[in-house]
Amino acid sequence: MSTNEPTDDAPPSPPAPSPASADEATPDARPQSTRDDTPPADASPSAEPSVEPKLNIDDLHFWYSDNHALQGITMDVQPNKVTALIGPSGCGKSTLLRCLNRMNELIQGTTLEGTILVDGQDIYAEDTDPVMVRRRVGMVFQKPNPFPKTIYKNVAWGAEINGYTGDVDALVERSLRQAALWDEVKDQLHTSALNLSGGQQQRLCIARTLAVQPDVVLMDEPASALDPIATSKVEETITELKKDYTIVIVTHNMQQASRISDETAFLYMGRLVEMNPTDELFTRPEKDRTEAYVTGRFG
Amino acid sequence: MSTTPSPPPTTADNETTRGPRPADDLRQQVYDSPKEKAIEYALGACALVSVLTTLGIAAVLLIESIPFFQSVPLSEFFGETRWTPQFTEKHFGIWALLSGTLLVTVISAVVALPVGLASAIFISEYASTWVRKILKPGLELLAGVPTVVYGYFALSFVTPLLQTFVPGLGVYNALSAGIVVGIMIIPMVASLSEDALQAVPNTLARAAYALGATKYEAVVRVNVPAAFGGIMASFILAVSRAIGETMIVTLAAGASPKTTADPTEAIQTMTAFIVQVSKGDTPQGTIEYQSIFAVGLVLFLITLAMNVFANRITRRYQEKY
Repeated sequence: MSTNEPTDDAPPSPPAPSPASADEATPDARPQSTRDDTPPADASPSAEPSVEPKLNIDDLHFWYSDNHALQGITMDVQPNKVTALIGPSGCGKSTLLRCLNRMNELIQGTTLEGTILVDGQDIYAEDTDPVMVRRRVGMVFQKPNPFPKTIYKNVAWGAEINGYTGDVDALVERSLRQAALWDEVKDQLHTSALNLSGGQQQRLCIARTLAVQPDVVLMDEPASALDPIATSKVEETITELKKDYTIVIVTHNMQQASRISDETAFLYMGRLVEMNPTDELFTRPEKDRTEAYVTGRFG
Repeated sequence: MSTTPSPPPTTADNETTRGPRPADDLRQQVYDSPKEKAIEYALGACALVSVLTTLGIAAVLLIESIPFFQSVPLSEFFGETRWTPQFTEKHFGIWALLSGTLLVTVISAVVALPVGLASAIFISEYASTWVRKILKPGLELLAGVPTVVYGYFALSFVTPLLQTFVPGLGVYNALSAGIVVGIMIIPMVASLSEDALQAVPNTLARAAYALGATKYEAVVRVNVPAAFGGIMASFILAVSRAIGETMIVTLAAGASPKTTADPTEAIQTMTAFIVQVSKGDTPQGTIEYQSIFAVGLVLFLITLAMNVFANRITRRYQEKY
């Protein structure tokens, strides 16, 4: 997205509102190809019935001791889409994100009710292991947090602890390429990751997450600590990634949400106010509060 | 002024309540006042005490060991394996004492480094808040036990215990002393390593968890390597503390200098030899008496080298997280 196009037509590859013709033409091709359909025409938001949601969140409540932070969130996240969570500070968007891979459990004194399904599997079921959940649903944090190790080891780390038996060199290269960092670091793979710039570090963290081969990548304001150039690089990367991954991104930056996301969920005071295709939510919001927020009248 | 009615009350009120402003005269010498200077010098003098002491000790050791090295050549000091200053046929081979010190130090390191690091990891990463609240003061208590108590603990508890499964172990032996010196330095390793682990930002562990790490993997493959510099420094400081330990080895390791690597034998460490000579009735000016300064000098140089090394390590592996 080096030349940023007008924000209201949705980002490049799968042209969002170019309708369901392909979908009707090939009904029998659907079952096995929900995930890596490269002709993306049938993945448009209007084609929901054909696509199983990647994540189902049903009546999710969450408490930090007695602070009721999420109050009955119900929403679906579509595969191979970028879903943005927006809302004013303290609305629960980061909390919601952390619930999606059980990172919330690392905070003491929290309680969760409701269900979250990933591909139909309950990630909070009794016999579900949080470690396995996190291998399926990866996460990139707000501040770049590479390990104080070499670039190569950062990327290989997750794969190695998860018992990856394939070619680690190839995995590192592929992950770095997916994160659009390969060309910048290919000659310094064995130098410290801490010598990279902030934006490069963040893309390294994305590469590190991808190397675990998750289905879903959660991003908690991944560009908020970065300068505008680094931000646009990270955004470009995210747009590229949705071919292969489902992405949920928390952002404070509404321009960013409108640039990179396909769907946007607006949260306020722990509740989901509105969730719609991004261009609709920003141009024709259903709720007054959404309109007030996206037009900058509060928040 | 205060009696004037309403019209100009604001300014008048302000002036009466505020009084003269403190910064009216900008030329007052506050920053450079004698008081400030006096404080600076007093603090500096305190800081100098330890430096001057160290220099003084080094100077005394050097000067006092000159007569010793005039009668005992360095070739004998470093080339001989017997240390027999009290015999008629005197030998001054430092290896006999050095090997005793090394033996005790190695045994203590084998005990203290793993246990200390494991305690640090447990306290820093695993223990719940209230367990930590019990464990930390417990460790500090261990650090506060006088070494003479440890010495008798070694002599009258650990040695008899060891004798039940190490056949032929004498009353005085390096093994028992080494183990107890190790126990003594565990709190040092644990406490310094724990500080190093606490200093690792928890964003690193969170990244590890988000990559599907278990707790053990996050701790051992992210936090411990990130704290490596501090952990190494704690090891080296603890080992140099073990090298200098005196009371435990004097009481429990024996008084028979010999060049050996057998931990079941009675040995004598450098520190224990110094104690033996200085508390005994060795007249000043004799070669035995002078020898303790030479031994002290070697000891001083070893611990100095260890400390410099520890500093290097910390700086070298300082992670910029």
